[in-house]
Parts: sequence; structure tokens; C-alpha cells
Amino acid sequence: MIRGKPDEDEYWNSSKFKAFTFDDEDDDFTRLKESKRAVNSIRSLVEEEDEEDDVEKVSWSGEPVGSISWSVKETASSIRSTGEVRDQSFPKINTAPSLPKNSSGYSLSSLFKGTTHDWTPEETVKRMQQGKVYSLEKFRSLQDKLLLLDEAVNAHDGNVITAVLIYLKKSLSKENLFRELITREIALRHYIHFLKEIEEQKLLLMQYRDHLNIRDENKRRDFLKSCLSLPFSPDDATHVQDHYTLLERQIIIEANDKQVESSGQADIFKKYPRKASILNMPIITTLYYSCFYHYGESDGTYSSPANIRKTFRISDKQFLLTCLGARAKLKAWFDVDALFTTKNWLGYTKKRSPIGFHRIVDILQKNNAPVQVLQEYVNLVEDAEQKISLAQKYKCHDVIINTYRDLKDRQQLIVYRGKVERGSSEYRKIEEILSNSVR
Amino acid sequence: MEQLPCIYRPNNIRSFYWTKCSLLVLRFPALIKSNNGQCVSLKMEVKGWAGVLLCSTSGPMAHSVRRDAPELPDFSLLKRLARDQLIYLLEQLPGRKDLFIEADLMSPLDRIANVTTLKQHDVDKLYKVEYKPIVSTSDQLCFLIRPRIKTVKWICDVVNADKAFGRFRKYKIIFSPQKFYACENLLEEQGIFGDVTTDEWSFYLLPLDDDIISLELPEFFRDNFLEGDQRWVRTAGSALHLLHSVYGPFSKLYGIGRCSKMAYESWREQVEEGEQRARQAEIGNVFLIDRDVDLVTPLCSQVVYEGLVDDIFRIKCGCVEFGPDVTSSDKSIKVMLNSQDKVFNEIRNEHFSQVFGFLSQKARNLQTAYDKRSGMDIKQMKTFVSEELKGLKQEHRLLSLHIGASESMMKRKTKQDFQELLKTEHSLLEGFEIRECISYIEEHINRQVSMVESMRLLCLLSLTENGLLPKDYRSLKAQFLQSYGIDHLLTFSNLKQLGLLVEQQPGETLTVMESRVGKLVNDKTAGKLTDAFSSLAKKSNFRALGRRLNLVPKSDEEYDLRVPRDMAYIFSGAYIPLSCKLIEQVLERDGWTGLEEVTRMLNGHEFAVTAGSNGSDARVKTDSQRIILVMFLGGCTFSEISALRFLGREKGLKFIVVTTAITNSARLLESMLDNHA
Repeated sequence: MIRGKPDEDEYWNSSKFKAFTFDDEDDDFTRLKESKRAVNSIRSLVEEEDEEDDVEKVSWSGEPVGSISWSVKETASSIRSTGEVRDQSFPKINTAPSLPKNSSGYSLSSLFKGTTHDWTPEETVKRMQQGKVYSLEKFRSLQDKLLLLDEAVNAHDGNVITAVLIYLKKSLSKENLFRELITREIALRHYIHFLKEIEEQKLLLMQYRDHLNIRDENKRRDFLKSCLSLPFSPDDATHVQDHYTLLERQIIIEANDKQVESSGQADIFKKYPRKASILNMPIITTLYYSCFYHYGESDGTYSSPANIRKTFRISDKQFLLTCLGARAKLKAWFDVDALFTTKNWLGYTKKRSPIGFHRIVDILQKNNAPVQVLQEYVNLVEDAEQKISLAQKYKCHDVIINTYRDLKDRQQLIVYRGKVERGSSEYRKIEEILSNSVR
Repeated sequence: MEQLPCIYRPNNIRSFYWTKCSLLVLRFPALIKSNNGQCVSLKMEVKGWAGVLLCSTSGPMAHSVRRDAPELPDFSLLKRLARDQLIYLLEQLPGRKDLFIEADLMSPLDRIANVTTLKQHDVDKLYKVEYKPIVSTSDQLCFLIRPRIKTVKWICDVVNADKAFGRFRKYKIIFSPQKFYACENLLEEQGIFGDVTTDEWSFYLLPLDDDIISLELPEFFRDNFLEGDQRWVRTAGSALHLLHSVYGPFSKLYGIGRCSKMAYESWREQVEEGEQRARQAEIGNVFLIDRDVDLVTPLCSQVVYEGLVDDIFRIKCGCVEFGPDVTSSDKSIKVMLNSQDKVFNEIRNEHFSQVFGFLSQKARNLQTAYDKRSGMDIKQMKTFVSEELKGLKQEHRLLSLHIGASESMMKRKTKQDFQELLKTEHSLLEGFEIRECISYIEEHINRQVSMVESMRLLCLLSLTENGLLPKDYRSLKAQFLQSYGIDHLLTFSNLKQLGLLVEQQPGETLTVMESRVGKLVNDKTAGKLTDAFSSLAKKSNFRALGRRLNLVPKSDEEYDLRVPRDMAYIFSGAYIPLSCKLIEQVLERDGWTGLEEVTRMLNGHEFAVTAGSNGSDARVKTDSQRIILVMFLGGCTFSEISALRFLGREKGLKFIVVTTAITNSARLLESMLDNHA
């Protein structure tokens, strides 16, 4: 998520951050001299514009207002006296993919040359790039318009490409414009981006995106329903369908729970008041909520974990992780236990998990499970080394002692005895094992 | 002693040494903060590790800059130029005025001018552009903005609201760094073109440090690579032109990427349009590189100090805000992070595991310096106070800050199982145990841990594996949408379009088979096979590139982070950043000769050009030839900058990094999000 910048304002308006601003206590003279030197070398910025440009507003010219303009004027005069110029031209390189020009044989420039303000497409594009006066009205035939567009694309200046496209948008019918853009990918992408920015065009996903602008949940749900008929790919269609179903159910659950909570009927809401509405939350968050507040409900209700699991095709692993998190949060260790317990046909129970038990331990620990609970799961970790390391991490003494006992590792037991408190039950247990075992 | 959470045993030297150093740093603030005898006991605790720490300080920190490394040009000129032009533009609207500044421009503006400067030029009140109706009572409004449709739309609303109200004001928009026709078109459409005057503030380049210059255009990446909009190409060309005019003339330019090529052309045209003057060049060589040539590097977790600080606290425009957990007070403070900060300057390029040792050594030296006082007479004390104390206090302040930051970063990273995360990343880079990596990512998603992190790992998987198998793609996408919201459909569509997260097409299954076969056959054969198939489509070809350029050192070799042997140290020895490796290779070969296969796998668009004949024969071997300006189009990371600094030290070169913005994995991926209203 994008981080907010709530402090910008304060930062800007306050003066206490002064320490980090650019130090302007420099010697004014050197400053001016250096600035001048730098300005001197950027001739194109300072240079007087062509005479024909008198219509145009010049951005950096020499009106003597204050020190800066003065320095600029000084600059302009000094530039004219500069000496020899080294040839430093660089080669033009082919900037692929150059688009096929749909131009016919005759040269357009020959048509345009002569009148002062009739520029060729090339000249026009160049002028536009340089911010000089230009005119697009002369490009009236479809062919001229396209030549202009192709020239803009060849100049690879997105600003100019978009400017030409805006002109084409105004002077060509939609059908004609799109027909031509289909074969001009670069121009097409500029056009789509422009329409996106002025919020005119809605491509498939952009249409779906509009739901984000709808605050009212019922209207949003109805809008999502209308999206179902859009031609999404099969996969995406399923996701959009899920989105609609999810919001539909969240609205029902929210209305119900809000009512139950305010009436004070259910203990769970009294003990753990809801922090936020469930509306517009992801599927897994909804499942967690359901495992938290609606555990044990029959799968006939929309709010039951089983129903959510089935409706949204949630994997076993995912279901277990979410359920575990919710029940552990509630310290419902019995429920946690039941999640892993399976019975075989003889009635013996065994603990199974689709994810490694070291992960289960980690999750339980993050939910502050007591050592008694933790060590039961640490014991189920298959890898002995990992088991010991987890047991040490969470101070499950019994697990460590038993493991060393089973490994008949006397040395490690002696070392471990040194780590536990003298006289504690763990200490006595180690003592007992050490004295019972034969060397 | 307080027990820290157990940390996975590092199985090779690449892993972080969190454990021991962590204890030290957790204790350390007390050591340097106390002025009384208390520190003695703490010193005792620290002593146990002193051996380890002492030797680490003799590592890379001691790297002396080669004597023949040239001096960097003075970039503060760029700031003055920008400031002077801004003042000039403000004077174009004489009289008192209120100034509305686009949020993104505030920090850059603050680096070159201050409120006093603005006030001196009749700016009355300053506001941030917030897209809301305004409250200003001034009859002149000036807007300092980026050329964005959204902002111009808002200004149109402001002006039209005034009109409806019968209120008369003067309006001026200053676009930075340039205006776009689309913006002016909007003014025209809204019937206010002329009521509002427009201008351009050519503030292309902001020097963030001695060797970093930023265009501060984070949207460059999305606009160019996702939307396919080339609006910033000329901007990049102009920025380069400005550098060429002030610090050139350049004699050689190398580059790779479509945008780089276009920027080069734009620059060349601008050079031709203007006139050149003979002057001594300060910068001789330029390397242009598109961000999409190497998308793997910015998606890796940063473990070099400056990069890590950026990943965790986000450095903005060279400034970072440290919260109470760092300052150990109830206040946050903003700190400039650059070479002026002597402590930071020494640790910024270091692998995080090396930083503790350095900081502790520093702290001990500081303590010794303070302790000198005890045996002093009045006169000596006076000298001490006037000459040394100020410096010591300053150092003390900086040291506490960076120790606090290190401590806070380590706490956070330990909490999120950073060790395991890094292990997965390294496996992906190596192409080792990919199934395990996928399960790890899946679980990351299932547990709803940080959305951006999940996305980052998915993209790394896709980039390194040339796309995901269709069944993996579908399953991971479905789980992602379940965990983080279905509206991320938009994000997936963007990631696909950019090639960050793609599904392997049926035709590409050959490549999958080939990579499996490749594991059975030797590396060389596999390389050839991959290369043969790679010409088919635009793919990342990461594995083949990795082999060809030796980007991923063998994992069984030890990598001593104290004495880095190559640029891989910035990723704990696991990976040499592709971007920097290309730069190294091209500079070494003085062009792309011998790298044909590599460029083919990178989809071409490479170039190497030299100034015309008259220029080249007059050229002498000057310092400028050893100063290389590297321009990243689409952003670069602090880790890459560190890698280039390392390369520079090794080769006696100096690199100047020009970037459209400083980026990292989070910024890059957040720019792909569309799921907010």
C-alpha cells in the first residue's frame, strides 16, 4: 500500500527543520560567478529565439528584472564571443522499431515549402519539440494526418505524440482513428494512456476497477453483478464472480452480526468486540472472522467456516492456517488440538498436518501459546535437530531432555543441566536420568 | 542476559551473523550514552566479541581510495541554476502571491531553496496541492506542479470556481521540469487558457549526494515501461544535455535498452540544435541503461546498510525520518543521509553484518577520546573543549543514531524471519530447490504476511524461471487474490503486461524441459540450449544470463563479506547485480564486442558511440575519461550504487549515478498497484 504522507504539511510549514535545507550563506560573489559560468554553457536555454517566434512567450529571455535577469543578459553577450568549436557530432543510431511509414512516393515537403508558416510534418514535429509556434490545422487529409503522426512517433517524444493524437481525436471520427491506430502500436498505447488519464476510456479491467469508486456496499455489489457479463478470460471471470459472491455474503453477515453485537446476545462479541466491519475484506480475512466469531456453525449458514471454505474453494492448507490462527488467538487449545487429530479405523488417534509442525509451533508461539501446548507440537517435529532447536527457542525442557535421553546423549544432558535452574523440576529430571543410565 | 529469539544457524558464510552482533548492538546504546562508570561493566560484556569485531573493522572499511581516482565534478552548480531560474520565474508574476506546491516537489524544492528565498520573492503563503477547494485570499495564485492531468484538472476547477463566484485573480502555472501539450489542451478545453499563464521550470536534476543525481520522477518507470508512454524520453534527453553542457563534452556513450536509445537520440538532436564550445570535459563517458534490462536486482532484499535503511525507513530525497524506536525518545527526527554524515559515509556501502563491528569500534574510540579528559589540566581542558569537543559531540550524535537505526532494523528483520526469506531469494537466484521456494511463497501468501513481499517473491520467481508453469500461476494467483483482495486482478494484469509476473506459454514448455535436462547435463550444454530457445520471445533469460556472466557464484564457495572480492557482496555474495555487471563488462571491453549473446538475450538495443573524428584525435587521457556517468532510466537502487562504488574503487574509476528516481522493490511494485480508488 502507498504510504501516507501526513507530515508533509507540517514539515513544510515549520521552520524547525531548517537545518536540512540548502545552506545559502555562501559568499554571494562566488555563487554568482559559478552560476554564470554554468548558465554560460547552456546556450540553448539562454539564446534569443528566432525572429519568427515573436508571437510566442519566451521563458528565459533578458528582461532586466533584478539580479538574475541581469546575470542572464550578461551571459547572452558573452556567448557571442566564444571561440572555436570542436566537431563533436555523435552518430545517429537506429531507434527501433521504426514504424512503416504509410507514405506515398511524393514528398510532402515540396508541397509545403514556400509559404512561411506551412511546415512539413518533420518541421512541425521539431517545432513542437522545441516549444515553438506550430500549426496543425493544415493537416487535413487523412494521409497528412497520418504522416504527421508517424513523424511524431519517429521522433520518439511522447509529449508530441500525444499532442498529435489530441488533434486527430478532434478531427477524425472514432472509427477512422481506431482503424489507423490498430497498426500503430506505439501511438495506440499513448492514446490509451491519454484516455485513461482524462478518464474517458474504459478498457475491460478499468471498467471493473470502477467498483472502487462506489462507497455504498449495496450499489457496489450491484455494480459487481453487472461486471459478470463482461468478457473476461475464464479464470478472471471466476475471480470476478467470487468478488460479487463475497460482497453479497459480507453484506448479509455484517447486517446480522451488527445486530447481534448491539443486542448483546452473544458472549463472543461482548468479550471480543469487533474492531472493524467485515465489508470489502479479502476472502481469507472473512474466513478468519468466521473462524473467530462463527466457529462450529453448521455449514448451512453463510457465516460458517465450512460454507466459506466450500464456496471459495479454499485449500486444506490455507483453511488450516487461517483456522489455527483464529482459534489460537482465542486460546481455544481444544479446537487447535482437534484440527490435527485424525482417527484411523481402529479408533486410534494420530496427529497429522498438511504443513510442517515447526510452522504450527511458530504460529502458536506468535499467539502466545503456553509451553504445555507448544511442547506437544514441538514433539511432533520430525527432524531431531530442528526439534531441539525449537525446543530451546521456546524453553520446552521436557522435549529437550527426552530427546537427549532417547539419543542416549549423556554429554548433551550434562551440558543442558548447566543451563537450567538448579533444583528445578527439569534439573531433577536430568539428575534422575543421568543416575539411572549406565555408563 | 536477555535471550534473543533463536536464529537459524548459518549454514554457509553467506548467511547473516545476526546472533552475536545483535547482542552487542542491543547493549550498545547504553555504552555510548553513559558518561559515568556504568559503561565499564558494559564494556566487559562486549569484550567477549571484541576479537570478532576488531578484525571486521580491518576489512572493507579500510579500503583506501586509489590515489589515482579522479575528483568528482561539483554538482552544487545544478542546484544554483535551478534556484536562480525559479526566482526568475517567480519574478515574472510581480507582487504578492500565494504559492501552491505539488507534494512531490516539496522535498526537491527544499534541497535547493528555502522558505526565506521564496518570501524574498513575494511569496506570501505556501500551500500543498491537495485537490480540494482552496482558501487563499490572495489575488495572485502561482502553482508549482508536475505536468499531470490530475493536477491541471484541479487547477481548472479552482479557476472555474472563482469565475462562478465572480472573483478575479491572476493565475500562473509553473510546470517542472517541462510542460506537456496534454496539460495545455486541458486548459484550453476548460476555457481558461489565457486566464492562466504557463511557464516551465527546467529543474531536471537534483544532486542528492556527491555522486548521485536524481530526476525525482518516480512515475517514469510506470509511464514508460507499463503504459508505453514516451513522454519522459525527451526529459531524459534534456537532463543529459544539461549535464553535457555543464560538465561535458562527453566523448563516449554506451547504452542498452529501447528507452536509452531514444534518450540518446533526443540528447544528440539537442546537442546538434545548440552550439558547442571548446572546454575541458569533466565527465568523459556515459552509460545509459533501461530499468527493464534488469528487473531482478531491484526486487532483491537489500542488505547493504544504505539500501536496508531505504527498504525499512524509506529515504526520501536524501532524507530519512527515524522514529522513536531509533531515537529512543518520544520524538521522530529527520536526518540527511549523505557523505556529509561522516559515520554514515563509512558504513553506507557495507554489508549489514559488517556494520556492527564498525560502529562498536567507533564507539570505543569515542569513549577513549572522552576519557582523555580525566588526566587534563585546565589549559589542556580548554584546548580540548575548543578544538575537539564539538566534533566528538557531533560524532556521538551520529553514532547513537546509526546504532539506534541498526538496532531497530535488526529487531524488525528478526521478527519477520529474514534469514529464511533471504534463503528463499538466494535459492531462486541460484535456481535451486524451486519447489521448496514455491511452497515458501505459497505459505507467505496464505498467512497474509505483507502483500508487497508476497508479490516481490512471485515476481522474482517468474523472472528467474522465465515465467511460472500455468498450473502454478493459476494456483498462486488465486491464493493471492483470496488473501489480499480480488481487486488485485488489476495488479496481476499490470505485472503481466510489464513482464514481471507471467505464465509460461504452451510453446515455451520446451524451455522447461530444457532446464530440467540442463540440470542433468553439464552447465555448458544447458547454456547453449537455453540460448537457442531464448530468441523466441521476450523473456528474462535470467538463468542463461547468469551462466554467461557468472552472476551467481557457486554456493559451496566461501564468501568473506569482510573482504569482498566482487560486487556480489551487496547481496551477501549470492548474486552480482546484472545491471552493474553489464556496465563493468562494457567498460572493460570498451563496447559490446564479445557480448553478442548477452545482448541478444537482453533483447538487443545496445549501442556504443564515440564523438566525431575531430573530437576523438584531439582527446588526451584526462581524468574525465575515468569519470563515468551512469544513467538509469526507470530508477536504480542504493545497492546498485554501492556496487558501482565498489567497482570504481577496484578499477580506479569514479561513477556518477543519474537516475530518474531512487527505487527499491516496494516502490517499484507499489507503482504497479491500481487497487485504490
